[in-house]
Amino acid sequence: MRFAGTAHKYGRDIDTDVIIPARYLNTSDPAELAKHCLEDLDAGFVSKVRAGDILVADENFGCGSSREHAPIAIKAAGVSVVIARSFARIFYRNAINTGLPILEAPEAVDGISDGDRVVVDADAGTIINETTGRSFTAQAFPPFVKDIIESGGLVESVRAKLGS
Amino acid sequence: MSTIPGKTIAERIFSAHSGTDARAGDIVVADVDFVMGQDGTTPLAIRALENMGVTEVFDPAKVAVVMDHSSPSPIEGVSALHTMMREFGKKTGAKVYDVGCGVCHQLIPENGHVVPGDLMVGCDSHTCTYGAVNVFSTGVGSTDGAAAMAAGKLWFKVPDTMRVTYDGALQPGVFSKDLVLALAGRIGADGATYMALEFDGPVIDALSVDARMTISNMAIEVGAKAGLMRADAKTLAWYEGRGKRAPRPVDPDADAIYAESLVFDASAIGPQVARPHSVDNVSPIEDVAGTRVAQGFIGTCTNGRLEDLKIAADILRGRKVHPDVRLIVAPASKQILLDAMEAGYIRDLVEAGAVLVTPGCGPCVGTHNGVPSDGENVISTANRNFKGRMGNSNAFIYLGSPATVAASVIEGAITDPRKYFSGGEG
Repeated sequence: MRFAGTAHKYGRDIDTDVIIPARYLNTSDPAELAKHCLEDLDAGFVSKVRAGDILVADENFGCGSSREHAPIAIKAAGVSVVIARSFARIFYRNAINTGLPILEAPEAVDGISDGDRVVVDADAGTIINETTGRSFTAQAFPPFVKDIIESGGLVESVRAKLGS
Repeated sequence: MSTIPGKTIAERIFSAHSGTDARAGDIVVADVDFVMGQDGTTPLAIRALENMGVTEVFDPAKVAVVMDHSSPSPIEGVSALHTMMREFGKKTGAKVYDVGCGVCHQLIPENGHVVPGDLMVGCDSHTCTYGAVNVFSTGVGSTDGAAAMAAGKLWFKVPDTMRVTYDGALQPGVFSKDLVLALAGRIGADGATYMALEFDGPVIDALSVDARMTISNMAIEVGAKAGLMRADAKTLAWYEGRGKRAPRPVDPDADAIYAESLVFDASAIGPQVARPHSVDNVSPIEDVAGTRVAQGFIGTCTNGRLEDLKIAADILRGRKVHPDVRLIVAPASKQILLDAMEAGYIRDLVEAGAVLVTPGCGPCVGTHNGVPSDGENVISTANRNFKGRMGNSNAFIYLGSPATVAASVIEGAITDPRKYFSGGEG
């Protein structure tokens, strides 16, 4: 799996309340949720993000509530992969289950600035910052995670296996 | 002589539920005793079940859905989600707690759906609350929740355990909320990520079950998967007449291996306040005393229990909320509301100027019941003060104990509650 896009970089402890505030949880429509993604952190995010772009953040990304709307909103906003120094536990599972690729790669976080052009090869576990020419390694997805993400999420993966 | 090391509470509960010799780091598939969802997360779980082609839950007596986050519905979109939950209950036989019943994390233990020794998952991050009654309970997303509702089991990574011991004794005017805020301040919002916490020591032993739940509730605020305590005589007494099954208390082995051990001297801990916009931004109350507040909130799965309402009522009885402040009170359940009415606490609070709202999450999550205005400070007993949490990203949320909130709304500024205790004016 290969992703390429512009990096949008944020700090530590980006919680699910700023990723998608609860006042918008009266819908589970991904397109509707995407309109408010990261609104309380960076009101300009939704208008500047382009399909394929990459979210980069420091420690404990996705902390807070268990709302699965958070990875759904990020994915629907066009983000192809989230690279962070670390992820909160519930968000980590939710991202995989909803088919949002995530990578823990502390060195890449240090080596990517907001606006850099980044290419990720998740199978090989490489992250290349095309703006600076530096490259970094991340742990490649285990096969079952790759399978879930390629299917678009756990539900889709189970359906495909059941042949329905 | 055998040298097989002992197990933590988490390892013992996962061993019993997976039929394996579960150790920290193992991946196990474990049977769950209960699965819960609330109105923010259940609709996605219902959709996931539909998309998987699943029409039944594994055991209707072991699944409940609760309307608490936006309840009664403030907007037609939520009304539709509530309708979806009611229809799910009718179709599958899952228990439905409709509007006004209370916060899921009060209802699940209060109604005996989980008992000591259980393993359960809930589609809400504060599911860790029932660690206080010796249940390994943890928050999951809607897809994992749906899988557990369908199969009655789920995969888990058995967590390492951080042991947190509170020695000494609490000062008058200092409460379990202050103990857990002190922990968040010390180890940070990701200080225990992926780990279970095990709380013990003479201070925990001396706390009521209500007060213990406040601590376990906030385990997630340091990234933990669970916040476990032993079941003692108090726990078992609390379960009398409640438990739907017999409790099976699980103690840690004396030689259990802990990844980390922390010890606090509770005698040295005063009232603590988490400042905006993160729960680990904790200060002793002296550092923030005098900060003006426009709204106070007493309630939530952290501090909406009978003992919390009593603490607040004891301070506010015969006094008045400052004219520039709104005080909102949301009992954690209908039963607590009834008990607090019986005890006179509701009259005390309302006469002092409090606004009573429906048992449930109240304004905690920002969907209704008291969204603060731009630039306003709120002092709240909730567990989160993230930017925008209460529905306005231009407001500022401070977290403290029910005593701290009660003392602060009288003055209109953050106030040390100890003046109302032990020789103070109270």
